[in-house]
Amino acid sequence: MRYVMFVATDTAPDRSSDEGIPVEQWVEENDARGTRIEGQRLQPVRDATLVRVRDGETIVTDGPFTESKEWIAGFDILECRDLDEAIEIASRHPMARGGRIELRPFWNGEEDE
Amino acid sequence: MTGADPDGVREAVDRAYREEWTRVVATLIRATGDWDVAEDAAADAFVRAAERWPGEGVPRNPGAWLTTVARNRVLDVLRRRGVEVGKVREWMAMDEMRGPGAPTDPADVVAARSGAAEIDDRLRLVFTCAHPALPLEARVALTLRTVGGLETPEIARAFLVPEATMAQRLVRAKRKIRNAGIPYRVPEGDELRRRLSGVLAVLMLVHNEGYLASSGDRLLRLDLQEEAIRLARLVVELMPDEPEAGGLLALLLLQHARSAARVDASGDLVPLDAQDRTRWDAAETAQGLAVLDRLDATRPAAAGPYRLQAEIQREHAIAAHADDTDWPAIVRRYDALLALTPSPVIELNRAVALGLAGRAQAGLDELERLEASGSLDGYHLLPAAQADLLRRLGRADASAARYRRAIELAPTEPERRFLTRRLAELDGRDAPDLG
Repeated sequence: MRYVMFVATDTAPDRSSDEGIPVEQWVEENDARGTRIEGQRLQPVRDATLVRVRDGETIVTDGPFTESKEWIAGFDILECRDLDEAIEIASRHPMARGGRIELRPFWNGEEDE
Repeated sequence: MTGADPDGVREAVDRAYREEWTRVVATLIRATGDWDVAEDAAADAFVRAAERWPGEGVPRNPGAWLTTVARNRVLDVLRRRGVEVGKVREWMAMDEMRGPGAPTDPADVVAARSGAAEIDDRLRLVFTCAHPALPLEARVALTLRTVGGLETPEIARAFLVPEATMAQRLVRAKRKIRNAGIPYRVPEGDELRRRLSGVLAVLMLVHNEGYLASSGDRLLRLDLQEEAIRLARLVVELMPDEPEAGGLLALLLLQHARSAARVDASGDLVPLDAQDRTRWDAAETAQGLAVLDRLDATRPAAAGPYRLQAEIQREHAIAAHADDTDWPAIVRRYDALLALTPSPVIELNRAVALGLAGRAQAGLDELERLEASGSLDGYHLLPAAQADLLRRLGRADASAARYRRAIELAPTEPERRFLTRRLAELDGRDAPDLG
């Protein structure tokens, strides 16, 4: 199964001394294991642009973005056997400690009723 | 066996439901990966049993009969939907050759080859229903529905929610299992211990919901307590070497054994020290004690929160009278419990035990410290505990003030009535008639 792993900041990071592994090692491990398809760190929200089309007109703005202290700092696309494997991989990412990670499965093609 | 005795047949169907539901549904979920098809087919098999057993007689092996009927039903349904059933049929045939529970998952096949024990499908079901990616209330509902075989309306009634709400909760849970890729698998290694405690927490919640309704006038909901015990027995059967599973089962049995004595004829709460101990269910108590004895013999050193709580209940169970209770032994268990799982509620219980161990003032000091910490603000049992120890010390005025505070905070009517009665006894008056 494929998941997008959103890597986000969090206002309450882990305070224990256990720092886990560096992100480079995490990437290397999962590339070797075939569980990481692709991933990128993103520029901060201040460099983001909002695009909407309303009444045929494209509206481009610098915001507003959802007021949030937790923002997405990057993403990875995972190929996993199931959620438990994705959880295991996510929990080893350093930002699971310093921030938080959201696992979103790819759409399975079915509309929810 | 013939179908001459309708009561006997009905009893056989009921027994088969209790004993075989989980196995039938768990096997079908693994074979199909479709929870709804599996549940419907399992339910259908029991309906057919009720129809056919009176005429045909109860089969010698009801479980095998039900599994076969349910499997055929699954194949019918899938075929009608145009699903290619070859793979499902292959899985099922494999089960027949190798026995149910033979691994089909590649990782499990590897595990089986490496000599690991065969995995019972029912255990996969238990772990999947209690998966932490599901909301807690969905884990509880799904465990009761799919592992326990309870009907959705029954579960809705037990949790005092509309049937549609409960049905929706179950639909969403099953949808998330499918869409999020929650596996049908027993976790391994360190993860197993962590996830087992999640499974046990679900059973504890089922039990607690039955033990004390969080609001309103319904105090005892025995069905859910019995259901929790039944499920705990299943987990112990499937994981006999896990001391916490046994600990939880013993805890539930020893508490449930006191059900009849806990409420009097007028529906009022009877505290432990005033309960008629001859009304405790001796057989159930004996079962609970036996589970603990077995743990003492096989896993003497493995202390866990459920086992420690069960050991506290054991001290009550073996005391012939309330005065015989070994309170210092209970205080020691609470100390061990606090070391494992610090919690203000456990501190409260420890303070009460300390007070009853002949150190009322020390208990009160602890309670005062807890009150000052603010961690139990609004919790009625804190002033109730203070009131009780003050009463024992003969400080009636101070005690009455704490009872009044506890009455203000008490969340259920039976608890308010109990505290009001205690307050009235303190004043030397009869309890006011609350109608």
